Amino acid sequence: MRTVLYILQKEFIQVFRDKAMLPIIFIVPVMQLLVLSYTATFEIKNTRFVVLDHDKSVLSKKLVSKFRGSSFFSFAGDATNYEEAEQAIKKNQTDQILIIEPDFEKKLNQEKSAKVQVVTNAINGSAASLMYAYAASIVSDFNREIIVEQTPLKNLGLPIRVRSSYWYNPELNYITFMVPGILVLLVTIIGMFLSGMNLVKEKEIGTIEQINVTPIKKHQFIIGKLIPFWVIANVDLVIGLLLARFVFNIPVAGNIFLLFFVASIYLVVVLSFGLFISTLTNTMQQSMFISWFFLVVFILMSGLFTPVESMPGWAQVIVKFNPVSYFIRINRMIMLKGSGFTDFQNDFWILTAYAAAMFIFSTARYRKTV
Amino acid sequence: MWPFIKKEFLHIFRDYRSMLILFGMPVVQVLLFGFAITTDINDAKIAILDHSKDPVTRELTQKFLSSGYFILEQNLHSNNQIEDAFRKGEIKEVVVFENRFAEKLKKEGRADMQILLDASEPNTASMLNAYSEGIVNTFGMQQLKAANKIPLSITTESLMLYNPELKSVYMFVPGVITVLLMLVSAMMTSISITREKETGTMEALLVSPLKPLQIILGKVSPYVLLSFINLLVILLLARFVFSMPVQGNYALLLAESVLFIVMSLALGILISTVSKTQQQAMLLSMFALMLPTILLSGFIFPIENMPVILQWLSHLMPSKWFIIIIKNIMLKGVGITYFWKETLIILFLTLFFIGMSVKKFKVRLE
Amino acid sequence: MKQREEIISVENLVKKFGRFTANDRLNFSVGKGEIFGFLGANGAVKTTAIKILSGLSKPTSGKAVVAGFDVSRHPDKVKKNIGYMSQRFSLYEDMTVKENFRFYGGIYGMRRKEIRDRTAFFLKNLGMQSFENMLLKKIPLGWKQKLAFSVAILHNPRIVFLDEPTGGVDPITRRQFWELIYETAAQGTTVFVTTHYMDEAEYCERVSIMSEGRIEAIGTPAQLKEKFKVSTMDEVFLKIARYKE
Repeated sequence: MRTVLYILQKEFIQVFRDKAMLPIIFIVPVMQLLVLSYTATFEIKNTRFVVLDHDKSVLSKKLVSKFRGSSFFSFAGDATNYEEAEQAIKKNQTDQILIIEPDFEKKLNQEKSAKVQVVTNAINGSAASLMYAYAASIVSDFNREIIVEQTPLKNLGLPIRVRSSYWYNPELNYITFMVPGILVLLVTIIGMFLSGMNLVKEKEIGTIEQINVTPIKKHQFIIGKLIPFWVIANVDLVIGLLLARFVFNIPVAGNIFLLFFVASIYLVVVLSFGLFISTLTNTMQQSMFISWFFLVVFILMSGLFTPVESMPGWAQVIVKFNPVSYFIRINRMIMLKGSGFTDFQNDFWILTAYAAAMFIFSTARYRKTV
Repeated sequence: MWPFIKKEFLHIFRDYRSMLILFGMPVVQVLLFGFAITTDINDAKIAILDHSKDPVTRELTQKFLSSGYFILEQNLHSNNQIEDAFRKGEIKEVVVFENRFAEKLKKEGRADMQILLDASEPNTASMLNAYSEGIVNTFGMQQLKAANKIPLSITTESLMLYNPELKSVYMFVPGVITVLLMLVSAMMTSISITREKETGTMEALLVSPLKPLQIILGKVSPYVLLSFINLLVILLLARFVFSMPVQGNYALLLAESVLFIVMSLALGILISTVSKTQQQAMLLSMFALMLPTILLSGFIFPIENMPVILQWLSHLMPSKWFIIIIKNIMLKGVGITYFWKETLIILFLTLFFIGMSVKKFKVRLE
Repeated sequence: MKQREEIISVENLVKKFGRFTANDRLNFSVGKGEIFGFLGANGAVKTTAIKILSGLSKPTSGKAVVAGFDVSRHPDKVKKNIGYMSQRFSLYEDMTVKENFRFYGGIYGMRRKEIRDRTAFFLKNLGMQSFENMLLKKIPLGWKQKLAFSVAILHNPRIVFLDEPTGGVDPITRRQFWELIYETAAQGTTVFVTTHYMDEAEYCERVSIMSEGRIEAIGTPAQLKEKFKVSTMDEVFLKIARYKE
């Protein structure tokens, strides 16, 4: 055990002596947490629309004013013909075109039916379907309004009233949702890069040979390498939680010690993973690419930005091997819902098994002889 | 100059392991993300608490489950179970039908139901709510129509431009191309140059008759080729695996991509001039760039919805401009007149990065 | 000759890399307290042998016993008893002299006081007390080599392996370096050193000369010069090389 302490001492000296590294390790995550937590929203507001009104009647103008009055939409101008309107989409000056057919009012009065066309820029498919849904609901509200106007006695609401309530986050504040997730990502990236680079760096500068010729045990060496980054990542986590509490006003609803306990196990997974990559590679460049590859996969397939349920079956299997998704889930449960250990014990045991496996892999893979 | 470039090429292409990593990983990522990442929601797990259990609630439940958005995870029997269901984290929505639902609907013409959502994931929650309300309202309209209560109707017709099937992949392929080109190019150059600095071989090059600019060009040119090959592979995958169209001009697409690659490499050089060790260069090019490139570029989250300050910040992200350009060429099929501004911005950034690195480089030499 | 106690004995040692044979059936032994020079034109071949003897690399076949332990079966027991100074400079550049000593002493399991005393002793001996808190990267190469040697023998190993320890060092520092080697050997530590400076071969008690992976000659410098009927080790070396052609 004393041997491990000497390695710890050495690693800490090296990390803290590199003055350029300190801001990267401690300031960059803070900045990113502060900025990036605001980015992740699918909330649709201010959908820009261009109006192509072929009718120009009282009724058509009234419909347009409904759109203009909605908080989801923002008026981006009138077009005189379809080409002009399409140009506006091409130039990215609008997201939607609202087309009202000629004789809209007349048809509605005489034939009791009329048509409105909504053209949507659908490159972002899921946003497009929401934008269309909002447009369609404005049209159908308008439809009911004129029915009520024309037949005053009729009370025409929909027969089934839906009351929605959003639990845990009634204002649908996406910041609350993103902060715990982004925090996990930042801690993960820091941990994996630092550990992934560390061993291979000693290989590149040649000091590993001097270590390998000593009687040090493999696991002592790996533990000695792990703990410093484990401490650094935990410090980043503390800073992140303080920011969450005092800047974003998200207190930890559950037990904070439980959170750090799970984080500690999780970090063993991440750091051992990094060290494992480090043992497999010969240069820092290779090690970085491989770490980067896994990090991007872990991040994009964590369920933080896109829902896991929507992925195809095989991709969901891959997600089961993604440690990041486990910890994001647990971290959110503890921070936002105040969940206790029994609520996520399955995830926890999987994470623990993962930690043990990765630690064994990296120890076994580290060779003192060539 | 040529022998030097040749040496750099050999140096890189002989390292099979690195080559495998460089070409293999982007392919795997494009395939993985192209198939797996979608912002749509389907198969969200829900629980149903039916206090009424009548034909109408059953029919409406059936509507929910056949929509493709939801799958039934659990039937609840009392209000106390709701909290518990949510806390386990699997269930995203609970649908609650009030007592005597069908009866009220028939007698009073009105019935109530509740949609409870786990909003700890607000994006999912609001989408699920939109889907649910849509299902209930359509059901309600059908009931009204069946009762002949609609005297006149305005129909809404939808036309989805550029992506009629609303495929997520149209959104993600441009993003993945951008992120890969940007990070791979910036990372590769910054690391390879700092490595020469760290191992001391840079000094040997600097005392040679080569000019600093030549040294940098020599180091960068193999990576231009590597990134270009990567780009072609990704485009082929997009075209033939994900059937992504290229509506616009191929030559223009390639030319814009080369411009973007050069910009990324210039950024890589700049990073290498400000960092002393490989470790610093890597942390700067990856840690500082990775999340912002993904999140502030419009890759996943539309920039228009972000707070205004972040929209300003996103103007600084080169990836944002390139994503706009690719989408314009590939999906809208428009020409350079529609995105000359974006092109100019990337060009300007390229010159800026090069200028900055030349300045830094000179300072170091003095 | 004094009663010889063998501390390294090598029998039929072979190391192959694919089809290339780096070490071809090596047989030799080194006595306790001896300064043994391991010479040859090809640096990689010598380094391979040193790596096998210090437990860093496994032999393809054959047997090597170092400090009483078989290197392929008990590499960690061997490692407890040896010191090693590699061809590449391998102290940490971003740590001070004292920190390097403390670290390496620590992983050999030395007590804190022992490390402090030994560090003070070495720095005094080298006249480098004022360097104690200086970062390694600020120290000139020759001094760093002497520090690396001190680190290699910090834990009082029974044998120390030196792989081209004086490469790239000025002649005065080289001389000082050899004085350190003599001092170390005088205290009973066996020194196994590779070099390509033939004048240094003269300083060794016994030398072996390798060519194309084989040991072509072994003995004291005097014996070898007599055998090849020449006056310097340089000429011995040339003769062996020519003889091979």
